[in-house]
Amino acid sequence: MTDNFYNEVLIDHNLHPMHLHELPQASCSSSGLNPTCGDSLTLHLNIENGVITDGSFTGVGCAVSQASADIMLDLIIGRTVDEARHLNELFSKMISGEMTDQELEELEEAGALQSVARMPARVKCASLGWRTLGKLLDSET
Amino acid sequence: MIDCKADFPVFGAHKGLVYLDSSATAQKPAQVLEAVQRYYQSENANPFRGLYGLSAAATEAYENAREKVRAFIGAASVQEVIFTRNATESLNLLCYSLSRSVIREGDELLAAVSEHHSNLLPWQTAAKERGARLCFLEPDSQGEYTLEALKAALTPRTRLFAIAQVSNIFGRENNIRAFAELCRQNGTLIVCDAAQSIPHLPVNVNDLGVDFLAFSGHKMYAPMGIGVLYGRRELLEKMPPFLYGGEMIEYVTREDASFAELPHKFEAGTVNVGGAVGLAAAIGYMEQLGLEAIAERENALTKLAFEEMSCLPYIHIIGSGRAEDHHGIITFTVEGVHPHDVAAIFDSDGIAVRAGHHCAQPLHQFLGVQSSTRMSLGLYNDEQDIERFLQTLKTIRRRMGYDR
Repeated sequence: MTDNFYNEVLIDHNLHPMHLHELPQASCSSSGLNPTCGDSLTLHLNIENGVITDGSFTGVGCAVSQASADIMLDLIIGRTVDEARHLNELFSKMISGEMTDQELEELEEAGALQSVARMPARVKCASLGWRTLGKLLDSET
Repeated sequence: MIDCKADFPVFGAHKGLVYLDSSATAQKPAQVLEAVQRYYQSENANPFRGLYGLSAAATEAYENAREKVRAFIGAASVQEVIFTRNATESLNLLCYSLSRSVIREGDELLAAVSEHHSNLLPWQTAAKERGARLCFLEPDSQGEYTLEALKAALTPRTRLFAIAQVSNIFGRENNIRAFAELCRQNGTLIVCDAAQSIPHLPVNVNDLGVDFLAFSGHKMYAPMGIGVLYGRRELLEKMPPFLYGGEMIEYVTREDASFAELPHKFEAGTVNVGGAVGLAAAIGYMEQLGLEAIAERENALTKLAFEEMSCLPYIHIIGSGRAEDHHGIITFTVEGVHPHDVAAIFDSDGIAVRAGHHCAQPLHQFLGVQSSTRMSLGLYNDEQDIERFLQTLKTIRRRMGYDR
């Protein structure tokens, strides 16, 4: 199970994250902590007129949390805040194992993390970036 | 040569399981499980109170278990053996009671920086509440706490020194006997956490000369929910109770109460007789195999794993560079792979290891490591377990996309 879990999408985003960098022009930032391992992640977004025009993350974490955050940023950059919220809800549905195939398509590459629903110990890792996103969007509106 | 995997039903229920997380909790042999079941089937009643035969049998089972523990750790009297839930509760009991009697404003409390949070947070809290100062003793790069370092750290104000006999990260045995002597000369109480040592080494409180010693049953093949606090009698006698309630009183009026004799003063409420019986059975099991034979076996397996791991350039072992300093505990990092991913890959191959900060965050901060992976041995492990561990270990980087 775990071997399928560490699939090419996940491994590639972990080894070569596009969005792991500082973002000096960010309009807002927020940090999240995974208390089980002490990993922390800070999410930076630049939001203009309700649209996420750019984003990045910084911090250390396992392959699951890093890849998940990187995939999340791929998905939400260029979208509106409302669309990002909707994707965030879909992601929580997916990792609780309550998702239709159609909804899964909307999540694009994030669907590579679907099997985390079967690994309770890793749900916190996969959702670290997304939980931080939720917190950040809530504080911005 | 010890070969006792067959005594442990968990390995029948999970064929091929390689269990390398005994420092977190050990598996239980049938001898312990049967002793607990026997107690509940034929001797169970509320001990101490009932004036009938079954209650007397429960009392006897409980007190026999206490005597078994006393003899095992070499305490002078059963009055010095207090049953608790686990080492964490033992240390909290101790801290709560000392905090209200002995620890004063301006005191210094000294703790080894590698302490498990359970031998750190109580003292951190006591220091805050009493206006005392919490100080830290740091090890050298090999994970050793030297006598010189302790000498330099002790001051006339050092009220107490908290240290594990074996660290749950380094696996290294600290020179508790020499530390206790230094503390005695300095008028400092020494609190020893033996949770990680007692499954692997003979522990004798008299030889060690410690004032207090705590351990859990569940790490030494007993059920969860039973632990021990040893304390020197003259110290325990002066200390106020921890929990108040049933079984711990002598006489109660509306306004006042006098408390029971040791050790009952510290055992409020209905006690865990089944757990104590299980702990006694676990001690009997370890004694039957022989403590020296257990140590010899575990040290040989540690060496087997350690030497091969040392040859892998992408593996970094935390603590001593000598296998014999590790006592069945090897904590390590895999270059480029997060410990959670390391543990998940081991899991997919049927191997249980621990990943995270192992309840020792200040040590990880001191070492500059975010988190780590730990393999730890029990008396049931064998050469095949080590071989499978090493086999998987060598595939991890490739499976995470490196060196392809």
